[in-house]
Amino acid sequence: MKPTPHRIERTIRFVFLGTASISILVLSLIVLFLFMEGIPIFSKVSVPGFIFGRRWYPASSPPDFGIFPLLAASVAVTLLSAAISIPLGVMTALYLAEIASVRFRAIAKPVVELLAALPSVVIGFFGMVIVAPFLQDTFHIATGLNLFNAALMLAFMSVPTICSISEDAIFSVPVELKEASLALGATHWETLYRVVVPASLSGISTAVILGMSRAIGETMVVLMVAGGAGLIPTSIFDPVRPMPASIAAEMAEAPFRSDHYHALFAIGMVLFISTMIFNLVADYISRKHKQAGSATL
Amino acid sequence: MKIRWLSGVLAMFFVLVVSPVHGGSIKINGSTTVLPIAQKVAEAYMKEYPEVSISISGGGSGNGIKALIDGTTDVANSSRFIRDAEVKMSVERGAYPVPFAVAYDCIVPVVHPANTVTDLTLDQLKAIYMGEVKNWKAVGGPDAPVVVISRDTSSGTYEVWDEKVMRKQRVFPGALLQASSGAVTQAVSRNRNAIGYLGIGYLDSSVKALTVNGIPGNEETTLSGKFPIARPLFMFTRGWPEGDILHFINYVLNPHKGQKFVREAGYVPLF
Repeated sequence: MKPTPHRIERTIRFVFLGTASISILVLSLIVLFLFMEGIPIFSKVSVPGFIFGRRWYPASSPPDFGIFPLLAASVAVTLLSAAISIPLGVMTALYLAEIASVRFRAIAKPVVELLAALPSVVIGFFGMVIVAPFLQDTFHIATGLNLFNAALMLAFMSVPTICSISEDAIFSVPVELKEASLALGATHWETLYRVVVPASLSGISTAVILGMSRAIGETMVVLMVAGGAGLIPTSIFDPVRPMPASIAAEMAEAPFRSDHYHALFAIGMVLFISTMIFNLVADYISRKHKQAGSATL
Repeated sequence: MKIRWLSGVLAMFFVLVVSPVHGGSIKINGSTTVLPIAQKVAEAYMKEYPEVSISISGGGSGNGIKALIDGTTDVANSSRFIRDAEVKMSVERGAYPVPFAVAYDCIVPVVHPANTVTDLTLDQLKAIYMGEVKNWKAVGGPDAPVVVISRDTSSGTYEVWDEKVMRKQRVFPGALLQASSGAVTQAVSRNRNAIGYLGIGYLDSSVKALTVNGIPGNEETTLSGKFPIARPLFMFTRGWPEGDILHFINYVLNPHKGQKFVREAGYVPLF
């Protein structure tokens, strides 16, 4: 058979289809595995009992499988870290894209992105050894391993994501928009918050949500600095145990295919579903508010 | 715990690498608490007697004993004594399980070196871990909140604490759970109000060991049975061991051979 252009074309198309399918296949197999290992726990505890149960004693007899304190901890840590990282990340992005000189930007942007390259265990160690004793001594609290410390460390981790993606969005706002605004007599500041920010809002929102979904799934940092108490937090200085920390701490020694093992996988399902919702929302926003050219604003 | 994972992987590696050797083979299964001992002793044993191959897996005490009853393992590691029902089941299958205590596990409560408390009773420890005692003043210490540090509920260290200190009561949810002995040491040494507990092999100068009911936790008090937070660790065999298995058990119990590695693994040797 002589290779004709048509045949080559078809072969190449199949090769690319194959490579693209591999990641989809792997993902669906992992999800399938996750659900197969997680669902059996619901024969022991009801879905509302699992999600809203206040006690997590998986190894006691009789055991209690209520993940509400873990869920509340994950939500609290993520929200608090978002409250720190969103202003930091977005304002840094605005500065870099609109105000900073080209030379400063060329140095500062890679440095911010390098923050993302710090392994999470290093950030966790920093939080445990430096930040925790500092918090203890400064605020006279019982323990520095708490919700606030974890949120702060997670904020360090999501700032690069938020900053880098929003900076791209802000930078790609068409220059005519800015010029028009300035030509109408608006100041630089007015142009920034009346024109540039609204025009890049979809990009910024995507950045924020991706940053938060990184924070909710992060394991090592919360395992090391969140404290690990299975309590619903009542103050930002309470020790907490977010879902990933529980899975990481207990999975290694939970007997294979025991109720405890299945319950940990079920927590994994809850985590997966929440990050998936975050990503779907990010996708939806970026699609709905897509800025196509300068005409649609 | 990472280390236990790693040793599991190493054990599998051993199975793959060592099994082609001719001669006897010994299968060991059971408690992950005993696993580090079995691991180190088996390594030394196979170095000395390369004709015998040993395969080790750590599936938990219950699984190990079950495997012994089923005859799928030669030696069952266990962090608890065999239960009556298990003995009965085993005898019905024609094998009388024989216990060998190979080491002791001793768990010592620790506080920050600056803490003035030096001794707590078992009941005080229990009250602290149930969340009933919230201030060090109540147990003769300074006027400061107690920060309770515990281990994750599936660890062997927690198991001992649960059995000997908590006695059917649950550790209250406000306790800070740490995933490894190293993390407990870190957390206690950096918090003046903290209390935690460690296996005797993990004690160092960054934390202060407490006496319990006036008895210090050390090798001597563990072996004499005076120290209350300790338990023996076992290897069970199917019937009185013979051949390679007997030779291996003797090696484990030998004060100059196997028992040396017990201390290395962080436990109390028999002699």
